[in-house]
Amino acid sequence: MDLNYSDEEKAFRAEVRAFLAENLPAEVSDKVRRGISLGKEGHEKWHATLNARGWLAYNWPREFGGAEWNAVQRHIFEEECAAAYAPRIVPFGLSMLAPVLQKFGTKEQQDHYLPRILSGDDWWCQGYSEPGAGSDLASLKTRAVRDGDHYVVNGQKTWTTLGQYANWIFCLVRTDPEAKQQEGISFLLIDMTTPGITVRPIVLLDGTPEVNEVFFDDVRVPVENLVGEENKGWTYAKYLLTHERTNIAGVGFSQAGLDAVKRIARIETANGRPLIENPHFAARLAQIEIDLMAMATTNMRIISQAASGQAPGVESSMLKVKGTIIRQEINDLTRRAVGPYAMPFASEAVEGDNAPIGPDYAGPVAAHYFNNRKLSIFGGSNEIQRGIIAKVKMGG
Amino acid sequence: MDFNLTEERQMLQDTLRRYLADRYTTSVRNTILDSDSGMSTDIWAGLAELGVIGALFAEADGGFGGAGFDIATVFEELGRAGVVEPMLDTAILGGRLIAALGDDTQRGLLEEIIAGAAHLALAHGEPASRYDLTRVETTARADGDDIILNGRKAVVVNAEAAGQLIVSARESGGMFDLDGISLFLVPAGTPGLALHGYPMLAGGRAAEVTLDTVRLPQSARLGAAGGGLAPLMDAIAAANVALCAECVGAMQSAVELTRGYLMTRKQFGRPIGTFQALQHRFADMLIELEQARSALINASGHLDSADRDRQIAAARNLIARAGRLVAEEAIQMHGGIAMTQEYELAHIAKRIVMADHRFGDADYHLERFIALSAA
Repeated sequence: MDLNYSDEEKAFRAEVRAFLAENLPAEVSDKVRRGISLGKEGHEKWHATLNARGWLAYNWPREFGGAEWNAVQRHIFEEECAAAYAPRIVPFGLSMLAPVLQKFGTKEQQDHYLPRILSGDDWWCQGYSEPGAGSDLASLKTRAVRDGDHYVVNGQKTWTTLGQYANWIFCLVRTDPEAKQQEGISFLLIDMTTPGITVRPIVLLDGTPEVNEVFFDDVRVPVENLVGEENKGWTYAKYLLTHERTNIAGVGFSQAGLDAVKRIARIETANGRPLIENPHFAARLAQIEIDLMAMATTNMRIISQAASGQAPGVESSMLKVKGTIIRQEINDLTRRAVGPYAMPFASEAVEGDNAPIGPDYAGPVAAHYFNNRKLSIFGGSNEIQRGIIAKVKMGG
Repeated sequence: MDFNLTEERQMLQDTLRRYLADRYTTSVRNTILDSDSGMSTDIWAGLAELGVIGALFAEADGGFGGAGFDIATVFEELGRAGVVEPMLDTAILGGRLIAALGDDTQRGLLEEIIAGAAHLALAHGEPASRYDLTRVETTARADGDDIILNGRKAVVVNAEAAGQLIVSARESGGMFDLDGISLFLVPAGTPGLALHGYPMLAGGRAAEVTLDTVRLPQSARLGAAGGGLAPLMDAIAAANVALCAECVGAMQSAVELTRGYLMTRKQFGRPIGTFQALQHRFADMLIELEQARSALINASGHLDSADRDRQIAAARNLIARAGRLVAEEAIQMHGGIAMTQEYELAHIAKRIVMADHRFGDADYHLERFIALSAA
């Protein structure tokens, strides 16, 4: 048992920190810290900066142009990025689709799509959920019918995050309605400019147009856009979900969020004293920090197992549940910390650069509290995760 | 003991509930939320016509109610329907201060308020005051026969619609002193009064208010010089009862929406409400709602008692905790649909959670309760 990082790992951390100090513009980290949207271009710029250093695809194997970092390196990088308020890497192409193509795609698909993900030529979005298929994803109904060299796709996807920026969507579609639910699903790559596709924004409760509905009306998709075998899509989808769950604990986000709320609580006052000295507030803060310290170690224990080649199983479900609870508690505490200045609806603070109302840190905190209720809903809701944990551990 | 509403209050509840169910539909409310003024003058006139505003005032002030249970009856219905119109600001905070302190001329406003023809706003909180009612840095000083106000007021709800602002200012004493706070009626458009307005996350509008050498005649004074804190606390006590009731009404809606969703939404081939894991959590929501309702009854029944402040601190602490649980669990059990702006629950959940930021959150009221219990 040794709780310290090795010398190589410490050197790697120093390298990441130096890179961020040099390459992360203050105006960008300031936006991330204040929770202001970067827009499509902002994300693309940051991707390009990382790509120039060879660090954009840090989870990809070297043969595809990735950095092939192990789990500990990834964790160090993610932690440093969160601490420096670097933009998050948009995951859809890089850490969701790419691993599927690398494992199940054809050589042609890999050669065509992977470089375009790195270069930023393509922005991918995810076509999984449907109005009737949320937690029960396998009940999805979007149909793809073979017609010569094409599939004809009809149906609707929903909760498509940042679909408004995307030019490609990877979709789960039903190709065999007669088979058992999980066995009639295929994995299709669809060009968003194909006739018959309509993207409609869904405004979330904090006012942000972050997610979309995507409608397919007789959309013709070339058969070579099928990934792997027809009707085997569920296997690929499950593989993708295990990759979606890297960094699922969000330790770096929580650490950065905790630092932010501490900074706010040193400025805010209650009864003439800094809020951070208020016993009830301090107790809440301490409670969260204690939980986070333990979860960081749980996270490292699981990461070490993964680094030594053991695939994380039910543990990633545990991290999802605990990690999202902690992040949501931090959002709640931050909302409380700013007092009455949580009330203004600062949509401009989330989306733009207008002068804030009250202190500059107050604008988006209530919006973030509401927006991050999604953390325990998406990516397999916490109820689904608890079900998995119980089922696996009880041998069901 | 009798936990039934009086006949009059039962009638008020029925009438108001029916009116809001007919008129304050989700689409109407979404239109109001998107509007520049953040409120509907039609709805306001309708509420006045039904006597809803009058129910919040005592007979001596031109109304036919004004007790804690009248406030609770009205605001529970407003909360149930997710009403964003500024009843708390105009009728409770503004109206009660005028009723308690106004001279004959100022009391003339009461009739207009009850008729739905006038709006008020309380400009008391300041950028650094948080929930502390005594921290007033805005100053009032005499200049000949006039009074000059200087300072800043934060998150003044309903400031833009108000014909008059009730502004607190320190006329004597230090920043946290209990004595020395005076109240003034400042008409909209007075030179030196500037509003920077904005919408609020849970609906309605507020403004940052700047007072730059605002010159007022002595007749603008509301109540005795330096004696503003006690009447402010009285008005805010009533506002806290109203907020408790609004939350209980909204929680009731959240529970009803969740029940409907659990029974109709199907995943894995059956209604999700058949999963025991969700049934137990739904049961916890109901248990907390009943606790909240009882806390509201305690607070309403003690509005005019010596134990008022402790009862109100208890109710607001409990309802803040129960409200958060109900709002968050309702969203979680709905899933993605509850995250959308246009779905009823999103707004209801925002009303519940954001009530925390008016006149103190759960921790503030816990501290108040501890201090008042020790006293």
